Amino acid sequence: MKRIFAQCYIWLLLIILYAPIVFIAVFSFTESKVLGNWTGFSTKLYSNLFTGDMQGTGSLMLAIENTLIIALIAAVVSTLLGTIAAIGIHNMRGKTKQAITLLNNIPMLNPDIITGVSLFLLFVFLHISQGYLTVVLAHITFCTPYVVLNVLPKLTQMNPNVYEAALDLGATPFQALRKVLIPLLKPGMISGFIMAFTMSLDDFAVTFFTRGTIGLDTLSTYIYTDARKGGLTPELRPLITLLFVGILILLIVINIRQMRNSNTEEK
Amino acid sequence: MNNNEYIIEIKNISKSFGDKCILDDVSINVKKGEFVTILGPSGCGKTTLLRLLAGFGTADKGHICINGEDITNVPPHLRPVNTVFQRYALFPHLDVYENIAFGLKLQKVPADEIDKIVLKVLRMVSMTDYEDRDVESLSGGQQQRVAIARAIANQPKVLLLDEPLAALDLKMRKDMQIELKEMHKKLGITFVYVTHDQEEALTLSDTIIVMNEGKIQQIGTPTDIYNEPQNSFVADFIGESNILNGRMVKDRLVEFAGHQFDCVDEGFGEDTEVDVVVRPEDIYIMNKLDGAQFTGKVKSCTFKGVHYEMFVDSDKGYELMVQDYNAFEPGSEVGLLIRPADIQVMHKERICNEFEGEVVDATHVKFMDETFECEEITGFETGAKVKVQVAFSKVDLIDHPEEGTLSGLVHFLIYKGDHYHLTILTDDGYHIWVDTNDIWDKGDLVGINILPKDIKIIKADE
Repeated sequence: MKRIFAQCYIWLLLIILYAPIVFIAVFSFTESKVLGNWTGFSTKLYSNLFTGDMQGTGSLMLAIENTLIIALIAAVVSTLLGTIAAIGIHNMRGKTKQAITLLNNIPMLNPDIITGVSLFLLFVFLHISQGYLTVVLAHITFCTPYVVLNVLPKLTQMNPNVYEAALDLGATPFQALRKVLIPLLKPGMISGFIMAFTMSLDDFAVTFFTRGTIGLDTLSTYIYTDARKGGLTPELRPLITLLFVGILILLIVINIRQMRNSNTEEK
Repeated sequence: MNNNEYIIEIKNISKSFGDKCILDDVSINVKKGEFVTILGPSGCGKTTLLRLLAGFGTADKGHICINGEDITNVPPHLRPVNTVFQRYALFPHLDVYENIAFGLKLQKVPADEIDKIVLKVLRMVSMTDYEDRDVESLSGGQQQRVAIARAIANQPKVLLLDEPLAALDLKMRKDMQIELKEMHKKLGITFVYVTHDQEEALTLSDTIIVMNEGKIQQIGTPTDIYNEPQNSFVADFIGESNILNGRMVKDRLVEFAGHQFDCVDEGFGEDTEVDVVVRPEDIYIMNKLDGAQFTGKVKSCTFKGVHYEMFVDSDKGYELMVQDYNAFEPGSEVGLLIRPADIQVMHKERICNEFEGEVVDATHVKFMDETFECEEITGFETGAKVKVQVAFSKVDLIDHPEEGTLSGLVHFLIYKGDHYHLTILTDDGYHIWVDTNDIWDKGDLVGINILPKDIKIIKADE
């Protein structure tokens, strides 16, 4: 009996959690302009999305392109910065290490809106004209701590003598970094990269405050503006569905990777 | 100095981390081809010394030369040494072959040459046919062999080994000891081996360097170190021993355990306080009482495989450890005899606590950063620098650290037959030595009190 209740509870939770996305996914297969009106099955919205046979397609495609490029640059740069920072933090001792780790964690807990507004004010103060560059810089800023968070545990797991062993065998510090440290940190760097990429894709508040007035749109700001202009463009429904499926596949891949990793470690 | 004779010359090396002095003016010379072991308890500075040799970390003071070249400031990858790390430190992302070939590839050794060397060193550590294995699938012993193979593949002039066998079980450790010794013979290179295991050190080494608290206690061959320890620390650390307070009556006559014994030591002066070491296997124990130097009563008797280990209370109240092939019943009266050559007499490092102090007022003196009440001070003005002496037996230790004038922890202890000799490390980093009959364990937190009448104030050395 207890078990049935427990089962019901978890299913109820999952249904509530996923109802909105399922709702959108279902209605992405109908042509109705108003969400919630079923006018028969159709894949027309999908084909519209790809053939561009819709209003404002150009700017939507541009927004998607911007989103992906910004996410890619932010993820690459923050993976590099974050890995270097993690190695630095790992080699610190005692109080300084604790303090820096705390400083690294604060931006992650900080509400996005505060990060966004403060970066906005900073850019204004420094007279940096806002646009593509500032958005990319802002994304790197809030992504880097996540990379640090992913790489640090890999460093603590590592035998502390491994890097020294490489030096001892005649590797210069750079060779030791490239041939020993980086390969060992790679799993952490990859999950850090994926996390940074999705955080950047996901972001609205920070982008909104740092994109300036040149009309730069990422997907999230595009949808926001679009929704305010009077109803959601119907083609966004298949787009959201596709994004969701994409993220889902990515997550499954990450989980399988992790499972495989922990299996080899157990051996 | 002859540069050809010594491959490693360590000159006056000092190193501190923060306030803590890890190495204090250490100098060592190592001959080419020697198997040298640095032996000491954990925290004695032995690993730090090895790391300085390998180039991980820099000394605050002093120089290190290898093969006559000053390498004090040379980075690790340019030094002609290789290290076997305590926890193997193999590269988990590379297989056995790639691990061993790592250094050779960096040196741009041709591939067929690398093949040959890898096979050769694998044969040397009896790990042939393992080259394709993932290092993490190997057992601890096998990983250690690969680590040794990796270090010797580079053909270093000196091989540094940091407790390489510490993580292995006893049987495996014994086997590896023999293999290491043979490997040393075959390779003909210098081994510097760090361990806290005295038995390992005695088995393997040509020369043992005993260290404690950042200082070298004694350098010598295993037999020298065992038979002629230079101080009570070495005697206590290496093997089992009876360490007793003694008095050198005159040359070749020493008094300890309430009796006078003939010995072979000379030159200590007359009536000098000394430490006496007698190994438990060097005390002859017998049933008949006549002909014995002194008598005792067996307190306990334990079988140890090859011999029996007995604790005997002597007629003058000293407890001695005796090892013999024959068992003697607890409670039985026995005769005891020690031959002159088996008595090792050592200078005492100190005969009482001495501190630098400062007179605070007529009845107070400050030392070890704390003000103590003492008996009325005469002959010194307030603020005068003085020397303060406190006898070992007059320091009072109490259970509750907060109730003492000072607090500290038991850092080291030696049983001296009828009392314990403790080294207490105070919270402020001072050492204070205590004789006591109470039983304390290493690491116990204690409060320290000294009665006013037991504080002796004398003139400071100029």
